[in-house]
Amino acid sequence: MYQAMTSLGFAAESSQPGVLKLDGVKKGATVLVLGAGLAGMTSAYELRKAGYKVKILEFNGKAGGRCWTLRGGDSYTELGGATQQCKFADGNYINPGPWRVPYHHHHVMSYINEFNIAIEPFIQVNYNALVHNTKAFNGKPQRYREVQADYQGYTAELLGKVLNQHGLDETLTHEDREKLFESLRHWGALTDKADYKKSYEVSLRRGFAIPPGGGLSPKPEPSELLDRSALLQSELWKYIVNGQDIEFQSSIFQPVGGMDNIAKAFEKRVGDLIEYHAKVTQINQSDKGVTVNYEQQGVAKTAQADWCVCTIPLSILSQIPVQASSGMQAAIRSLPYAASVKVGLEFKRRFWEQDEAIYGGVSYTNLPITNISYPSTKFCDKGKGVLLGAYVWGANAFEFTSLAPEERVKKAVEYGKQIHPQYAEEFDNGIAVGWHRVPWTQGCYGLWTEEKRAEHYENLCQVDGRLVLAGEHASNLPAWQEGAISSAHDAIKRLHHKAVSTAA
Amino acid sequence: MKIAIKSLLAASLVMVSTSLLATDDAGFSLGNNFEEVTGEALYHAICQGCHMPNAQGAKGAGMYPALAGNPKLGAAPYVIFMVSNGMGGMPALKQYLSDEQIAEVVNYTRSHFGNHFTDVVNADDVKTIAQR
Repeated sequence: MYQAMTSLGFAAESSQPGVLKLDGVKKGATVLVLGAGLAGMTSAYELRKAGYKVKILEFNGKAGGRCWTLRGGDSYTELGGATQQCKFADGNYINPGPWRVPYHHHHVMSYINEFNIAIEPFIQVNYNALVHNTKAFNGKPQRYREVQADYQGYTAELLGKVLNQHGLDETLTHEDREKLFESLRHWGALTDKADYKKSYEVSLRRGFAIPPGGGLSPKPEPSELLDRSALLQSELWKYIVNGQDIEFQSSIFQPVGGMDNIAKAFEKRVGDLIEYHAKVTQINQSDKGVTVNYEQQGVAKTAQADWCVCTIPLSILSQIPVQASSGMQAAIRSLPYAASVKVGLEFKRRFWEQDEAIYGGVSYTNLPITNISYPSTKFCDKGKGVLLGAYVWGANAFEFTSLAPEERVKKAVEYGKQIHPQYAEEFDNGIAVGWHRVPWTQGCYGLWTEEKRAEHYENLCQVDGRLVLAGEHASNLPAWQEGAISSAHDAIKRLHHKAVSTAA
Repeated sequence: MKIAIKSLLAASLVMVSTSLLATDDAGFSLGNNFEEVTGEALYHAICQGCHMPNAQGAKGAGMYPALAGNPKLGAAPYVIFMVSNGMGGMPALKQYLSDEQIAEVVNYTRSHFGNHFTDVVNADDVKTIAQR
């Protein structure tokens, strides 16, 4: 699924944030921001700094939107009414939404810097984590590093054979064939004759049967290779490229203690502008300004401003009457929202570290849970530990969402047990978020296709009269916080330009 | 956050218990497509994620429409179109479902939850509308 997401445009690298020069704000000019997620709070923060009078309307009782962390003591009520109490021990958490900040997400990184938000490395690739296919190796999970080394070694060996059999004589010059042969031996840890076989050198890649030790400890013993055919048929090679995608390349970070520390840092700066529990019911505009109707604790209210930045997810906005061009209206209604589910599981101890020396990183499986991600924080802690026990997209995400929350947790434990038998003994409690049941988004993120983008994206992003939209849905980085923040920067720059060039 | 829950009819409450049983026993699909076959199984594996186990819908910042007792379901082609191609926030599900499966779940929803539409759709009807 990651590969599929990458091909949908996830891989685009965000541009460096320039300095927002919002000069020459007209005295008394007002902006109404709808939604206090990262796009909304970024807009409010920057617009107020520039001199606008800003107000934010937020549906929830707190800021952050999808930038969200669940900790012990939190209560979460999903659509349908099911309420979960998070029972995690103090300091443990899951981020149901975004959980990583790649180093090249420059807009997010610049606010992390500006607000002094503490971050730590997020371990994406762990060579000692597991890759698992129920239909391969009798369902026994394999070590990432063994699959990685053997796949690379066998591939290098086979390509070396092709060279020796003159299969590339037509394609490469003699000099290039020689260099390629040399590089294959280097890349695949092959012998001088370009064989990939059990050896000390190969075990330096894939690990030893008996690892080297000190003094009179047993002599190091190289490990056996996986069978080549079994490895190819296992399809486990699918999982060893994820870390090579630019979004997952080192360095990746996470805020210490939970992703919502980013939301809280914004809230600290713009919280005084936010009206909470405000459910937007209608957005109207004229050549004089914008009027937004909303409900607050059952009372109908109205807010007015000269301009409006609307960051409400399109899954919700498409249900609200919006006065805008037909092009923008069509764009708002064009975007379905992805199904996605995360399940956080707390265990009595960090058995993955204590029993298996897995410190952070991700194990991959063809089971419906898709992967297990181990916490990249509090290593070697002796208390309870929380891992991400399911991170699901596609068909299985719909199936997980359809279950009651406690059933989702039960299923995640049931499946995870096939990878870590310790689950049976050590499981303590869990919490599950199905994004289509999240009351403020009704889905995970805007699911663009190339066709839809060609037809609607420009219309969606226009300053339409006195209204502009922002959020991950108005970006080429869907689902990422970088998309939300960079879209906000772009939207308010254009809105400001129109504001200063519009008479009165 | 307080979520408004629509009051349930006594008759629908009976159905909740049976539908929950159905999902309890259901395994998950392996691979990228839904493997459930019957309309009932498909409803409880997919639709109830948003429209809820009893098809009563839900309300938050926006809403999911109730499918229970919904006169819009009278127009079968409309229901087929929504399931196949989606609309607004609703995803197109034809990428995960065969024409037969779509017909099954459409028929099930149109004849349960207080809906009593008697015309039955088949895979050919879906084929025409889904435009794969």
